[in-house]
Amino acid sequence: MAVNTGTNWTCYDSSTMTAREIYGRTLAEMAKEDKRIVALTADLEKSTALNKFSAVHPDRCFNVGIAEQNLFGAAAGMAATGLVPFASTFAIMACLRGGEQIRTDIAYQKLPVKIIATHAGISFGHAGTTHHCTEDFAIMRSIANMTVICPADGIETSKVVRACMDIDGPVYVRIGRGFEPPVYENEDYEFQIGKATTMCDGTDLTIITCGIGVLQSVNAAKTLAERDGISVRVVNMHTIKPIDADAIIYAANKTKRILTVEEHNVVGGLGDAVASVIAENQLKCAFKKHGIMDEFSVIGYAEDLYSYYKLDANGIADKVRELMKIEVAEDEDWEDE
Amino acid sequence: MAIDTSKLKELKQTAKDLRLTVIDVMKWSGGAHVGGSLSCMDIMTALYFNYLKVDPKNPQWEGRDRFILSKGHCAAGYIPVLAKKGYFPEEELKSFNHFGSPFAMHPDKNKVVGCDASAGSLGHGLPIAFGMGLGFKFQNMDNKVVVLTGDGELQEGSNWEAFMAINHYKLTNVITIVDRNGCQIDGTTEQVMALEPLNEKLAAFGFDVIEIDGNDMQQVCDALDKAWAKKEGDKPALILAKTIKGKGVDFMENQVPYHYCSGDTEVCEKAKASIMNMEV
Repeated sequence: MAVNTGTNWTCYDSSTMTAREIYGRTLAEMAKEDKRIVALTADLEKSTALNKFSAVHPDRCFNVGIAEQNLFGAAAGMAATGLVPFASTFAIMACLRGGEQIRTDIAYQKLPVKIIATHAGISFGHAGTTHHCTEDFAIMRSIANMTVICPADGIETSKVVRACMDIDGPVYVRIGRGFEPPVYENEDYEFQIGKATTMCDGTDLTIITCGIGVLQSVNAAKTLAERDGISVRVVNMHTIKPIDADAIIYAANKTKRILTVEEHNVVGGLGDAVASVIAENQLKCAFKKHGIMDEFSVIGYAEDLYSYYKLDANGIADKVRELMKIEVAEDEDWEDE
Repeated sequence: MAIDTSKLKELKQTAKDLRLTVIDVMKWSGGAHVGGSLSCMDIMTALYFNYLKVDPKNPQWEGRDRFILSKGHCAAGYIPVLAKKGYFPEEELKSFNHFGSPFAMHPDKNKVVGCDASAGSLGHGLPIAFGMGLGFKFQNMDNKVVVLTGDGELQEGSNWEAFMAINHYKLTNVITIVDRNGCQIDGTTEQVMALEPLNEKLAAFGFDVIEIDGNDMQQVCDALDKAWAKKEGDKPALILAKTIKGKGVDFMENQVPYHYCSGDTEVCEKAKASIMNMEV
């Protein structure tokens, strides 16, 4: 499984590397060509895999110590001198400990700081709930000027890290701890920020998801097709903001049923972003949000938590079956056969 | 390079004129953080009219020095300085705080020409200044970064994160100035959350602390000369400027309630009369 990580077309095996490791390596490749790129971290150079960057560019990686306010304030300052800083720490520290600096110093001033936040969602399950982060979409998408992206795996992380250089302003990229299996077999697909990717087609229901939900939903769709005869479309909504409204409108018209799946509180996240588009466009469809149901997540290894919260393929398939019980009225827009 | 007598007199006169404008802004805007704007006026005047390498005709010039007013609530003092420097007509100050104005209680870098950092939430200026200093050093650029903080503001922990970092990275291109006027909204700093012994604390973080009377233009210039002369290998400079909150308006001086004032015409007239009596 090859992933193209940068401008010199070096390949790595994405199935043996975490998304954050691919991030660090991709950034190292990019920085060979683009002298504006620097990296900052708050004593998490190893954990965020920026050590893959600093190994190549030791003079371009700055550790500010355990000090997230200073991390994001400093990133704003460096951006103001013409650099493009990539600032990395755990998602929970980024969006809550450094949240005001991200809002006021970076987003308000529209500075090109790229925040690559790792260990998001419940991916660091055994670290305990202090280190879970199921609030970041809600926080980041409500900050003006901010682009919010959640790649599905390492391959997509590599594409996102490169694509966010084209955004004139700040970007928040959320990745997990990174031991999740990859969903993409190779880099041979079109990736565009703000444009959702259809992973598989179907006619009964659309799952709109992101991050780890993408692979699990694709697997759920296979199971549902084989065992239940339910035809499920899966849409990878990697960009939470700006949301791809056209893809949502298309899904509502085509399948009349939408399930959102996210490793995030169902309050304020992907589900709410999709719901807004449905409501504001007066779309008639059955709709459910699936994710962490407004609670502090429990402790455990990530795989166990995905199962507990029904964010694995089996759990998602159950949620699809529930939503299929809701009858939807036919109309002229419905493309169901 | 010691400052000559005529330049000194000119700076003092400019600071006095600007203090009068602060009172006008207080009237036009319906209220302003007048105490802190007056306490740091001598420092901002010296910076903009004798030290900072800036070009009002080319506000985004890459080679410019940067100034961050971390005590952003004192925009009523800072924005008149930018107007007098020539970034925009002084006449525009009359719009202060009004609908659609670029000028408000706290400065916005994307609206105020010449402003390098939006500020107002306290404890943000130093980390930004640290990042700028690091960015300039990394790119071998010789721009200076000057950050002016309040003293009450130092109760925010983020400042101390930046103090550590400025010294860890030995950033002599960053010049920190603390406006030590001793007052904050709810009382004196020592009543609300004691900062002393501040000089020793800052020195312990690694700074060359230059303690001065921040309302004495000669001392301000001497301190800035020292700070500007810092080079690779020196300790970063921090000017601990002891000032008087409300400086120049006799009935406001060292008076906690004048942190903010929505002065009516009578108060403004009295304040201006007092400033007119300042010696230059």
